[in-house]
Amino acid sequence: MKVKNIVIAGLGGQGVLKASDILADAAFRAGFDVKKSELHGMSQRGGSVSSDVRYGDQVLSPMVPPGEADVLVVLEETQVEINRPTLRAGGVLIGPDLLDPAALKNRKSLNVALLGAASTVLEIPHEHWLAALHANLAEKLHTLNEQSFAHGRAAALARSSAE
Amino acid sequence: MTGERQLLSGDEAVALAALHAGVRLGTGYPGTPSTEILETFDQLGGHAQWSPNEKVALEVGLGAAFGGARTLVTMKHVGLNVAADPLFTAAYTDIEGGLIVVSADDPGLASSQNEQDNRHYARAAALPMLEPVDSQQAYDFTWLGFEISERWKIPVILRLTTRVCHAKTVVHPRAAASNIPEPSFQRNIQARVMIPAYAKPAHQRLRQKLVEIAAWNDAEGPIRLDTGRANLGIVATGIAAVHAREAAPKASQLTIGLTYPLPLGRIRTFATGVDRLVAIEEGDPILADALRAAGIPVECKPEMYRFGELNVARVRRILAGDISPEPVPPKGKPPELCQGCSHRGVFEVLRDLGCIVAGDIGCYTLGVLPPFSAMDTCVCMGASIGVGLGLRQVLPEAQARRVVSVIGDSTFVHSGITGLAEMVYNPPATGHVVLILDNGTTAMTGQQEHPGTGRSLDHSPTGKISFEALGRAMGVQNVHVVNAQDKEPSFQDLIVSLLAKSETSLVIARQPCVLAAPKIRVYEKAAAERISPANCAADGVEP
Ligand SMILES: Cc1ncc(C[n+]2csc(CCOP(=O)(O)OP(=O)(O)O)c2C)c(N)n1
Ligand code: SF4
Repeated sequence: MKVKNIVIAGLGGQGVLKASDILADAAFRAGFDVKKSELHGMSQRGGSVSSDVRYGDQVLSPMVPPGEADVLVVLEETQVEINRPTLRAGGVLIGPDLLDPAALKNRKSLNVALLGAASTVLEIPHEHWLAALHANLAEKLHTLNEQSFAHGRAAALARSSAE
Repeated sequence: MTGERQLLSGDEAVALAALHAGVRLGTGYPGTPSTEILETFDQLGGHAQWSPNEKVALEVGLGAAFGGARTLVTMKHVGLNVAADPLFTAAYTDIEGGLIVVSADDPGLASSQNEQDNRHYARAAALPMLEPVDSQQAYDFTWLGFEISERWKIPVILRLTTRVCHAKTVVHPRAAASNIPEPSFQRNIQARVMIPAYAKPAHQRLRQKLVEIAAWNDAEGPIRLDTGRANLGIVATGIAAVHAREAAPKASQLTIGLTYPLPLGRIRTFATGVDRLVAIEEGDPILADALRAAGIPVECKPEMYRFGELNVARVRRILAGDISPEPVPPKGKPPELCQGCSHRGVFEVLRDLGCIVAGDIGCYTLGVLPPFSAMDTCVCMGASIGVGLGLRQVLPEAQARRVVSVIGDSTFVHSGITGLAEMVYNPPATGHVVLILDNGTTAMTGQQEHPGTGRSLDHSPTGKISFEALGRAMGVQNVHVVNAQDKEPSFQDLIVSLLAKSETSLVIARQPCVLAAPKIRVYEKAAAERISPANCAADGVEP
């Protein structure tokens, strides 16, 4: 399979890195070659954060080249424009506006909800998403995050059928 | 953990390999992007400790290696500057157990004060250097590093870069080593006591070791050849090698794993088989210079690509000889001090008093940004004290009286104590004020313990250095412990009064980092339970 490029972006503390860990783990469990890369170190203090995940038969560079992301997931409205250049022409943008904030049981699981939305355009079987969620989150958060994932997935499917 | 494929960061892969290779001791000082190596090694069950700074970490590691133990020492690139003194002479010695020194470089300055290229250290100190391209190689080269180190009784530098340390890639681990010899001291005075009489022949032995290692590298070193078209040949090192494979998949490529001493024979042969040879390396043109010095015609990247990280797009530009201005990526939101951060109150006061602030490195360096703009210098860890004293020594009195040195608790232990000695020994005529921002953790790099917290790397209780007792013992005239939030007397009043005195002052502003505070409470509770009388009694009766 040709390499799939996903960029996840947001602000420090929103769970960008957690989301990219889950995505990379899910792709890994699905048997793909995976590379995931980001710059971190000072992210706890609210600055911009972004993380690249690439998977396929063979991945070389761990960084998504500018303008080559197939999917861009953004957790914070203000971060959409600054990350848009990474998206390729025809790539899919998944932004926080996809979800009604009131519908999420916990704002903290926005990262997982948007992964649910992204899952509709990624070829990773559901069982691997579930396993990756479980492996990367504390047990007491499993139910909440499974719900958020399903919620995001449903919202993306509803939008694409409306379009 | 053996056998099964895993998705690991480069740092985690080094830690896992260290465990599998039988490392007895891991030492280091935190620094992005190296920090997770020792943290992971500890979590995997290895024996890991934070030292007060990188020099001490390397010295402890060297002692362990002299004693016959496989040893891992980790630090970020600038840490190797601090550890350079032991490094250069350790190179002359014969070690018994394998010793790997990890230098985690940060091209592009994701989280550092400079982007120095530590490949220079391999050449300068005459030590072999391995450079993995991904986590699998980080794992394999840790093993290989121990083999080289023990075969030639020489420390080996494992150079990682941010994208190798923090990128997660797939790793197939091997079986853990069995039959690693137990540490035991063997006297070998001439190989370990570097007085001139013994160091002279040791220098010659070192050069002989390098000749042998270069020959080994040519014959069976970790080199990957991708045979492609003859019109373009790429010789590459480190992470740049995978960018190059992606940028020019049809080219012929030679990827060098042991980058010092170079396998010049292999490279020469490769060069003769291609029409055009380009060196693809991140940072300084070290590979290109070395090949040119050896008479191998090679194209060096244009000067603009010395700066920052490489990526696939930049490698494409290098191969195309494109020196047109690069697109500037949109600026993201800069980091800022957390809401409720204890450093905030301090910088508000320093700003309002118009202080000249000799700053240092840590979260608190963000005091340089608005709304504080209250930092005037920041160079390297510990420099705040020396730089502040230098300013005090020469500035006109009205300015000198406004100078304050600001340093974090971890940074103070790392390299501020000698600065304090300087203040006591050479006090400026106007005196001086040193402010330790003691938030009970090494916050900047993700909340590591240090000798001032009284907890070890694994957060269990251990000896604790009291900064106030230290300041008094060293002869500082005024020592105060405060909370910058205090009202009566206020922190501001205290600083004003100390600036007016022509005496030496140490102010310790103590309040935990808000992100670390909940964890610190948990550690303290666990420690209290450990030493509770009930537990003591239980310990007494159990075998
Ligand atoms: C020689 C060297 N080693 C390590 C680092 C990485 N580093 C930067 S600041 C810092 C310590 C910060 O801790 P502290 O002084 O307690 O300040 P805080 O971040 O808690 O405010 C470290 C480890 C460095 N810049 N230079
Ligand atoms: S991590 Fe701690 S020290 Fe750093 S900015 Fe946040 S509260 Fe302040």
